[in-house]
Amino acid sequence: MSTQGAAGVVDTPAVAPAAPPGRTRGRPRRTLRARLVRDWPLLAMAAPAAALLLVFHYLPTLGNVIAFQDYNPFVGDDPLDAFLHSEWIGFGNFEALFSDPLFWDAVRNTLTITAFQLVFFFPLPILLAILLNSLVSGRVRGLVQSVVYLPHFCSWVLVVTFFVQMLGGAGLLAQEMRQAGLEPWNIMTNPDGFIVLVTAEAVWKDLGWGAIVFLAALAAIDPNLYEAAAADGAGRWRRLWHITLPGLRPVIVLLLIMRLGDALSVGFEQFILQRDAVGRDAAEVLDTFVYYQAITTQQWGLGAAAGLFKAVVGLVLILTANRVAHRLGEQGVYSRS
Amino acid sequence: MISQLDVPTVRRRRSRRPAWEEPPSPAGQAAKGTLLVLLVAAVLVPMWAVLVTSLSSRETIDAAGGMVMVPRGIDPSAYVTIFSGGRITQAVWISTLVTVLGTTLSLALTVLAAYGLSRRGSVGHRGLLFFFLLTFLIFPGLVPSYLVVTGLGLKDSIWSLILPSAVSVFNLVVIRAFFMNVPGELLDSARIDGAGEFQILWRIMLPLSRAVIAVIGLFYAVGYWNAYFNAVLYLDDNDKFPIQRVLQSYILAGQSPNVSGTPVNLPGMTAYPPTLAVKMAVVVVTVVPAVIVYPFVQRHFTKGMITGAVKG
Repeated sequence: MSTQGAAGVVDTPAVAPAAPPGRTRGRPRRTLRARLVRDWPLLAMAAPAAALLLVFHYLPTLGNVIAFQDYNPFVGDDPLDAFLHSEWIGFGNFEALFSDPLFWDAVRNTLTITAFQLVFFFPLPILLAILLNSLVSGRVRGLVQSVVYLPHFCSWVLVVTFFVQMLGGAGLLAQEMRQAGLEPWNIMTNPDGFIVLVTAEAVWKDLGWGAIVFLAALAAIDPNLYEAAAADGAGRWRRLWHITLPGLRPVIVLLLIMRLGDALSVGFEQFILQRDAVGRDAAEVLDTFVYYQAITTQQWGLGAAAGLFKAVVGLVLILTANRVAHRLGEQGVYSRS
Repeated sequence: MISQLDVPTVRRRRSRRPAWEEPPSPAGQAAKGTLLVLLVAAVLVPMWAVLVTSLSSRETIDAAGGMVMVPRGIDPSAYVTIFSGGRITQAVWISTLVTVLGTTLSLALTVLAAYGLSRRGSVGHRGLLFFFLLTFLIFPGLVPSYLVVTGLGLKDSIWSLILPSAVSVFNLVVIRAFFMNVPGELLDSARIDGAGEFQILWRIMLPLSRAVIAVIGLFYAVGYWNAYFNAVLYLDDNDKFPIQRVLQSYILAGQSPNVSGTPVNLPGMTAYPPTLAVKMAVVVVTVVPAVIVYPFVQRHFTKGMITGAVKG
């Protein structure tokens, strides 16, 4: 399987679909009916999953139209009925949203955190992968890998708990500092350092896991390239620059695009868990804004407008980033077809 | 390229350093070693501290002034406390139930759909595939999802923790890629022997793809066990709280009292704040399931991750 085919999320169908099995030469194409008779088990197998996606993914996606309504759950017996009887108000919710300073605070926090993590988190798994790949001893490497993958399987509640118990006001660090006669400081409730804290948590959780995909890409680089470069007198760092990094480039670009498309999501649970400890000013991100300003206060139309805003911006971002990648001659997330 | 990516991670570098590579500098080796030790310590020290503290007696904890790093005897009383009935025992049951039910349902739906979508040129293949893959680009917002789930009457039902996230298209794409790599001759010969699609899936595909299904099963199980936010959104009834929700209100809510919802009180313990050992025992109970399953499927990670990451 080549990268070309594999890199396409939208599985590009073969140009000329292969003849279905059992179709004999010269006979006219099977009728739809005959193909249905042959393929109905496949359709039946896909149906339950498709039904769930329809109900829990596409139905809510359509439900975003309440962003243009003064949606009121009490005018109907159920959400559908309420939707049919709610008043349409055009862009009223969007006007309210865009004139809300709290909304822009949340957007700004979200984008700041995304940018910060792009610089201080994104490159780390690449470095870790290169480091692990340079280990000669397979046993050490395997051991380190097993350990650093582990935190990925901890929930955010656990990650935050570990940080509280280590770095919080009653945690191990504060405890040691107190015993050493120092004034302990509580990293967990300090709004100024919050962006560093959440990034540290994200690194702790997913550094090792993020390295897997780069390790695989490194393993796929032809060792002969290194040998030839070394024979030509390229030192360790030149080989890293001219062979290793170009070998990783398609994967890096792919992940960058995906991260950009997700620029307005920085993770939900991590922030909702810590928002009250450090305060809204530092920790309100777009997702928590929707939760606190819409769901807990039941301003459904406003929340839907914020969600729709996020989805549309995300879609535009990912399509743009992908187009730019194609211009630069990279594969991107999906192939042009 | 991709299919060669899942090189066994351990064995690849068994051979000695290649002849053309310059010998490592002592300083470089030392820096590398330090870095690796720090990385491993950053993961293991918190886990060690939590485990040891949970098994320490009140005196040991008081003497240490909080978290205990050096064990002094083993005192299982914290575990006796949390498993003697009450909120945490209940939460462990709920989480186990959600994980078992959810993983079974998710795996069944995902494997079936992956097989149903694995044959190019079958009726509706392209449209159906597009229907599944479009979910990568289009997201429903939080509010409409909330309205749909509550509108279906799932509020305060454990199914609200299962159904909305039951099908992961990402996992589906991984399994489908695996199915599509199975040689067509194998299927043809089964068909000649009179096997139907369900039999082919059951008798041929599943035995061939046990590894990838184990990994995906683990992903699903960990997802269900770790799910927290859906429980915040859809559950108001304390008796139905899964372990993550209880852990949050039990440990973090003391730090941030207003986090979404009322703190949970342990029956019979309301008079005293829970001891540190008990809190840490809850953390251990929450970590353990993932840690136990993990080594069994670890060697398959690369395969699952790569197909998934690159495909989807």
